[in-house]
Amino acid sequence: MAAERKLCLSGKGVTKVFGLGRNKTVAVDNVDFNFYEGEVISLVGESGSGKTTLAKMLLGLINPTEGEIYFQGEKRDLSSHRKKKEYWKSIQAIFQDPFSSFNIFNKIDTVLLDCIRMRGGGGLPYEQKVAMMTEACSFVNLKFAELTNKYPFELSGGQQQRLMIARIFLLKPKILLADEPTSMIDACSRATILDMLMQLRDEIGMTPIFITHDIGLAYYVSDTVYIMEKGKFVESGSADEVILRPKGAYTKRLINDVPKIYEEWDLSTV
Amino acid sequence: MEKVILDVADLTTKYITRFGEDIYAVDHVSLRVEDGKSLGIAGESGCGKSTLALSLMGYYFPPLHYTGGEIIIDGHNISGMKPDDVRKSILGREIAYIPQAAMNALNPTQKIIHFIEDVVQAHDPTTSKQEIYTMAKALFESLGLPAEVLQKYPVELSGGMKQRTVIAISVILRPQVLIADEPSSALDVTSQKMVIKMLRNLMDNGYIKAMIFITHELPLLYNVTDDIMVMYAGQIVERASSKEAVFDPLHPYSKGLMGSIIVPEEGLRDVKLAAIPGVPPNLKNPPPGCRFAPRCKFARAACTAASVPLRELENGRSYRCILSEEELREAYAREDRQHGR
Amino acid sequence: MKHLLQQISRSGKFVAGFSIFATILLIVLIYPLVVPDPPLEIIGQGTFFEPGIYVNVYDSISAPHYTLNLDEAAEQRIASRFKAEDREAMRGWLVGSGMPESEIDIANTAQLLDQWFANFDPTTRLPGMTNADRNYYIRLNNSIQGLLSTEAAVIAQMNAETAVLEETGTVPQTAYVNVNQVANVRVLPLGTDNFGRDVLTQLVRATGVSLQIGFVAGIIATVIGLALGLVSGYVGGLVDDVIMFITNLFIVIPSFVLLILISFSIGQEQRGAITIAVVIGFTSWVWTARAVRSQVISLRNRDHVNLSKLSGHSIAHIIIRDILPYIASYVIMALILQISSGILAEAGLSILGLGPKTTDVPTLGLMMNWAMIYQAHILGKWWAYFPIIVTIALIAFSMNLMNTGLDQVFNPALRD
Ligand SMILES: Nc1ncnc2c1ncn2[C@@H]1O[C@H](COP(=O)(O)OP(=O)(O)OP(=O)(O)O)[C@@H](O)[C@H]1O
Ligand SMILES: Nc1ncnc2c1ncn2[C@@H]1O[C@H](COP(=O)(O)OP(=O)(O)OP(=O)(O)O)[C@@H](O)[C@H]1O
Ligand code: SF4
Ligand SMILES: [Mg+2]
Ligand SMILES: [Mg+2]
Repeated sequence: MAAERKLCLSGKGVTKVFGLGRNKTVAVDNVDFNFYEGEVISLVGESGSGKTTLAKMLLGLINPTEGEIYFQGEKRDLSSHRKKKEYWKSIQAIFQDPFSSFNIFNKIDTVLLDCIRMRGGGGLPYEQKVAMMTEACSFVNLKFAELTNKYPFELSGGQQQRLMIARIFLLKPKILLADEPTSMIDACSRATILDMLMQLRDEIGMTPIFITHDIGLAYYVSDTVYIMEKGKFVESGSADEVILRPKGAYTKRLINDVPKIYEEWDLSTV
Repeated sequence: MEKVILDVADLTTKYITRFGEDIYAVDHVSLRVEDGKSLGIAGESGCGKSTLALSLMGYYFPPLHYTGGEIIIDGHNISGMKPDDVRKSILGREIAYIPQAAMNALNPTQKIIHFIEDVVQAHDPTTSKQEIYTMAKALFESLGLPAEVLQKYPVELSGGMKQRTVIAISVILRPQVLIADEPSSALDVTSQKMVIKMLRNLMDNGYIKAMIFITHELPLLYNVTDDIMVMYAGQIVERASSKEAVFDPLHPYSKGLMGSIIVPEEGLRDVKLAAIPGVPPNLKNPPPGCRFAPRCKFARAACTAASVPLRELENGRSYRCILSEEELREAYAREDRQHGR
Repeated sequence: MKHLLQQISRSGKFVAGFSIFATILLIVLIYPLVVPDPPLEIIGQGTFFEPGIYVNVYDSISAPHYTLNLDEAAEQRIASRFKAEDREAMRGWLVGSGMPESEIDIANTAQLLDQWFANFDPTTRLPGMTNADRNYYIRLNNSIQGLLSTEAAVIAQMNAETAVLEETGTVPQTAYVNVNQVANVRVLPLGTDNFGRDVLTQLVRATGVSLQIGFVAGIIATVIGLALGLVSGYVGGLVDDVIMFITNLFIVIPSFVLLILISFSIGQEQRGAITIAVVIGFTSWVWTARAVRSQVISLRNRDHVNLSKLSGHSIAHIIIRDILPYIASYVIMALILQISSGILAEAGLSILGLGPKTTDVPTLGLMMNWAMIYQAHILGKWWAYFPIIVTIALIAFSMNLMNTGLDQVFNPALRD
């Protein structure tokens, strides 16, 4: 049978509340989860269901109001900058909007050099750094020689998202949180981006976690799907099970709302 | 044959950049939309979809310039009109346009009803506020939007609600043609579906006579429009009925686009998505001959020798490729066999 | 960067504001090279000399004389020496002696003189006329006679031995000197003030000092406001609470009141221009801090900041590299406003008599203060206060123009 599955991220009673009193929003509401190494996970939900909030907690960018998140089965310790930095060597992210993900005052070189430095390569000779950056760029079908001294905003959305993947290539994290990585770029570049991410997963053995409202995309890429509604997980399981044989009404609605081409798309149910 | 509502012939427009370069983002585009029909425009980012939408209104302002062609709306030629006349008598009445990201352009300090008052009174200053309110309320309710929305500020509405409000406002002057530029791309699937339903409703109930819908999501077009037109680098590369365009594309670029469709339907997980390699050409100096040649699997010397004309097929389809229908189909079949599909 | 400069240079408002400001700055820099006089030197004996060209009389006599026969010379001489009250008095006499009022036109010098010589009789005593009045009319008649005389003025020198005046030359009425050949001529384009000091020289120097005060105050306020705003906005939590508490304290006590209290307690002796600038700077950072803080709060959750965190950057690195550049344009605009409000604050303080020490240097506020104390505005001595108001207004106006110009460049929503 399958080898023992290793936990990479898990959570118990994770809750995030924004605001106080009348403005109180429970963005993530007491969720438990176990993400295993090596499988592709998707978190699916409509806008405002708390996907991004959960992702930020997983990344350690914000703290849960309640509950605990475990990394490889152990409690995370993010009490100091050094420990956070250590954690971020293992977990990285790609954000939704490529145009706002990069500091517009930093050149592409700076972005990539930061990654090399983070992996402890800050002291390497410059030629070697260039070789590493060139390798990372060619992995995502970009030419480093053409990018050097340019700014990220001079690239198209799809190219910027590929640059983001080049960054991940250099950082080689154990876990990658991809928050709607393809929702702002056109459909033609989407396949390229997804393929590259899956290829990267095979090459460096990371665990990707996709966040999306497009259940079709989740079905295409993931092994395990978690459906999120108003901060709670309402259904989870293998992709085939959840998407081809959904149980919950919410999941059924999400599937129903994706435009179909092989079947009739039922417009009456909104 | 149905009456032609929108008839565009050889429309060419260009951007003149700050550095004086010409960018032909709409290059000899001809299209017809008949009464009761809708046309979808698909294509990669930067191929000129939004520019075409702007150009169709006959309302040009720098850096966009008109260089040639005709636009006839319901027998009325608007291509030679002065910008001011176009703004007064054409925009909103003959042809309405919902720009990309229009919902974020609503004035945050103005209630929806006040915005509607401005729109209506700009065209007919004699309309009273009471009349406008009655009219807007009736329209909103018939389109399934709650009338309370009228008294709200844009920030109080969700993204999907804002977008539907914008669409309702755009048809308040009863235009013949509606052009919607990516009306649902920033929304989640549920809100997107509501927007689509509303657009279909507008067509089915005769609020508008013809619609042009722009998006890069093919499954959406397939479900909304009668025909699909694929653009590449400022030119039309294929026009066909939605069904043909999705299930039987002819042009190699359309074929590539159709290969990147993701739907949550059985079997999708086993197919590898067909990504089109490379990037679209720079419109400042497009490659000679077929503009798709640098990325095309079937490119040959003849493709880049001379510009490739649009081939018209008998059933009203057209595509821009030097290969014949049979040659293309054969090439695709060969590919499928190779991939064991 | 180049692109940004290009856009800025295309903004009409910015260019207009900048041109005005640069002109003022150039004048401040160049004028002292041309007129090196100390600005507070008292040159005039008397108060509020009118603007004009002052020609040394002694030197005019010894300068080469030229004869010019100009028709209107005599008439203009009379008209200029013939004061309005004299004309009124003449009318009074003529009416008293029985002439119908409608026939007298005091603006018509020639006709008035004719009527006067035809009717005036020093021996006649009009009803109700006092002795003093009579003497006045006789004096007036004599001076008119003198005015009309066509004789030359005599230049005499006292003989040292005999103590007798001896004629050494005459100055006929047709004699002219060339101003360029007169040894001493002083142009006072804005006249003198109550102490007899050249207003223009003072104004230029005061503008320079006020600009210095504005810059020092503006930079201090911006640096403090920026630092506190960045830290409180980015770090948040307890640090934010403490900084906001201090900021709110400063808001409850209006900064101008604070400014008055501090200036007062420093005392006249210690109040140099720069001291005042520092005091202004330390009391006006509050709104910069608040504005920067709210900008930072809206930036700190942006994806590029998150990405920077994930790249392991320290808080200092993130604040300086990922936040500061994004608000730089905003900070520059805040600085411009702080500078112009610093200049206004100094003027306000000085008008209240709490400005810098008076013996050193003038400031725009001090000049206003002097003009008001000596009632220039009541006496109608416009040159002592109006140019100062115009200068202050021009500085504030040009800076606001630059500011809105920059705003249009930095804030695409306002672009037309
Ligand atoms: N910083 C914040 N302060 C207050 N409320 C917040 C904050 N961030 C998120 N929320 C609220 O938490 C809820 C969940 O938001 P979240 O961004 O996690 O949703 P999402 O599932 O990622 O949606 P989307 O698909 O639109 O990105 C929303 O109601 C949102 O308004
Ligand atoms: N204001 C402008 N000045 C110069 N060139 C422009 C301008 N706006 C667009 N372009 C160019 O015209 C071409 C077509 O742009 P357009 O916005 O029509 O594309 P699109 O198909 O709508 O793309 P998207 O899917 O990203 O909205 C692009 O190559 C773009 O670079
Ligand atoms: S003309 Fe040639 S290059 Fe262009 S699409 Fe057809 S086969 Fe490909
Ligand atoms: Mg989100
Ligand atoms: Mg567009």
